[in-house]
Amino acid sequence: MTKFTAFESHLVPFPIDNLDTDQIIPARFLKTISKEGLGDQLFYDWRYDADGKPKPDFILNRPEAKTSKILLAGDNFGCGSSREHAPWALLQYGFRAVISTSFADIFRGNSLKNSLLPIVVPHDVHAELFGNPNVTVKVDLAAQTLTLPGGRTVQFPVDAFAKHCLVEGIDELGYILQQAPAIAIFEAAHPALINTAA
Amino acid sequence: MKPRTIIEKIWDNHIVSERPGAPALLYIDLHLVHEVTSPQAFHGLRARGLKVRRPDLTIATTDHSTPTTPRSFPIIDKVAAAQVARLEASCKEFGIRCFGLSSEQQGIVHVIGPELGLTQPGMTVVCGDSHTATHGAFGALAFGIGTTEVEHVLATQCLLQNRSKTYEVRVDGALKPGITAKDIILSLIARIGIGGGTGCVFEYCGSAIRALSMEERMTVCNMSIEAGARAGLVAPDDTTYQYVCGRPYTAKGHAWDSAVAGWRKLPTDDGAQFDKSIRIEAAALEPMITFGTNPGMGIPITAMVPNPGDITDPLERDSLAKALRYMDLAPGKPLLGHPVDVVFIGSCTNSRISDLRNAAKILKGRKVHSGVRVMVVPGSMQVKAQAQAEGLDQIFRDAGADWREAGCSMCIAMNGDQLQPGEYSVSTSNRNFEGRQGKGGRTFLASPLTAAASAITGVVTDVRTMLQ
Repeated sequence: MTKFTAFESHLVPFPIDNLDTDQIIPARFLKTISKEGLGDQLFYDWRYDADGKPKPDFILNRPEAKTSKILLAGDNFGCGSSREHAPWALLQYGFRAVISTSFADIFRGNSLKNSLLPIVVPHDVHAELFGNPNVTVKVDLAAQTLTLPGGRTVQFPVDAFAKHCLVEGIDELGYILQQAPAIAIFEAAHPALINTAA
Repeated sequence: MKPRTIIEKIWDNHIVSERPGAPALLYIDLHLVHEVTSPQAFHGLRARGLKVRRPDLTIATTDHSTPTTPRSFPIIDKVAAAQVARLEASCKEFGIRCFGLSSEQQGIVHVIGPELGLTQPGMTVVCGDSHTATHGAFGALAFGIGTTEVEHVLATQCLLQNRSKTYEVRVDGALKPGITAKDIILSLIARIGIGGGTGCVFEYCGSAIRALSMEERMTVCNMSIEAGARAGLVAPDDTTYQYVCGRPYTAKGHAWDSAVAGWRKLPTDDGAQFDKSIRIEAAALEPMITFGTNPGMGIPITAMVPNPGDITDPLERDSLAKALRYMDLAPGKPLLGHPVDVVFIGSCTNSRISDLRNAAKILKGRKVHSGVRVMVVPGSMQVKAQAQAEGLDQIFRDAGADWREAGCSMCIAMNGDQLQPGEYSVSTSNRNFEGRQGKGGRTFLASPLTAAASAITGVVTDVRTMLQ
């Protein structure tokens, strides 16, 4: 896993609360058996017209969005389905972070496992950013800071272990596999109630 | 010992290790796998040369991208066909039992787990699907995970997890005729909102929950995620043990007796503290229906569609206005009497035998309104067989409804079953997001009783007017 380093970017404002993962990537694109090729399907039903042509007014189709690494989202972003295709699509479009006041639990976990950083900011900072989205901010995960124009920094919370894995480039599965002896001890002490074996 | 909730007890029983600076490593008792969220996980195992640690605690089925047309038909959608074939091939490769399309046990993953007796009290249950909370009805800690976590569980039978907050949802009193488990959960979500349970696990309790059958409890727990909670559960009781006893994968004889003795220790201790709580009066509930584009936008069926002008928060006001534009509904007007194009009875929320019996009770001897397309989709092939043994299929067909094969069907609209742009549907499923049931489609979520009543009249209908 590559290490998550600090970066600067302008924002793509998307001022809608409770944006669900069905909007982020519609279910019909989940028939794939691959993780690739999902960036073009991001927000598909909002982004393209009935003929599949990009709607020029939609924010993700504007030239400035394509060079942004940060989506500025509404409250409770990523609610609904557990599809990990949602963070995959956001990453493949080019985002490395999403800023909001809150995230749905499964989406937040899925994002952290793919190096898409969910950044929770207080309501006043959120409103301030939406009030003036044409700014460049700096994201520093190691310091857990978002640096706003003028140099003001805002601390954001992040799970300590997820941060450690992202900053150091540590793979979680590798970490769990190292605990195989503890898993074997647990299994020996807890006989299974079921057996689905063929 | 400090009094604990059932949520804390199950959690404590499954901790493999707790290291400083890291989440707990939690053991998983049952892993349910389906075709949509697993192929990339199996690919990850192959890339690392890993095996599935406990194929004996893993079960797979096809449901999401699976057509509900007769099984003798090929899957026309080549991408879906490849995904279904890939699941069966991966299961063969890794030694996992798969109830595929030709199996009599095939069905929606959250219907077959309980039906086969795989879901049991006190277990930790996961699946790459957010409606895994369904299994909480058995007093299990059951939650949805992403594909990376599916790979973790396949490889290690464990997950790194942080403890959730506990949220008591107490429902006391008796439901009135025509009011169902679906109305309890839609009412909860409307009250606390779709982010109201974020970071929490619900424990549903109180006399109204105790009075529910297992299938009704599954309907309630199923939609915990629609309030933002990853899981929701009901402490096991005699209703639970009676349901679980004698199913194909449950313990028999002495092993059963000792399992039940263990399960009786699970319920929340007197004096245990919850982080949050809410109380709902069952007798005050009406049939619920959603009007908007998330499951929290729900109202009692006799109420008016809310007015964005009454909301002060600008983002919230815009969200409601946007939802009403998508739904093409006028604020301040009733939903009752609104025309309906499609009625969908099915999904992991409401596709079990009691749901079908409820729908059949209304449809029996009546005809579906002209121009309304009605789909009845059993949750599993076993539910289908049971319904046919009871003659329910004939009631549906005689009424003019379409009786189909088991699967997720129009709940997720990735299998050929879907709404056309602009169509209105009364659906017994769990999500009314924009385009969820087909691009441009509009969904009113409601109970099987409300759905069946609306199928007869062709408009949104209060089922209580048909119960006399």
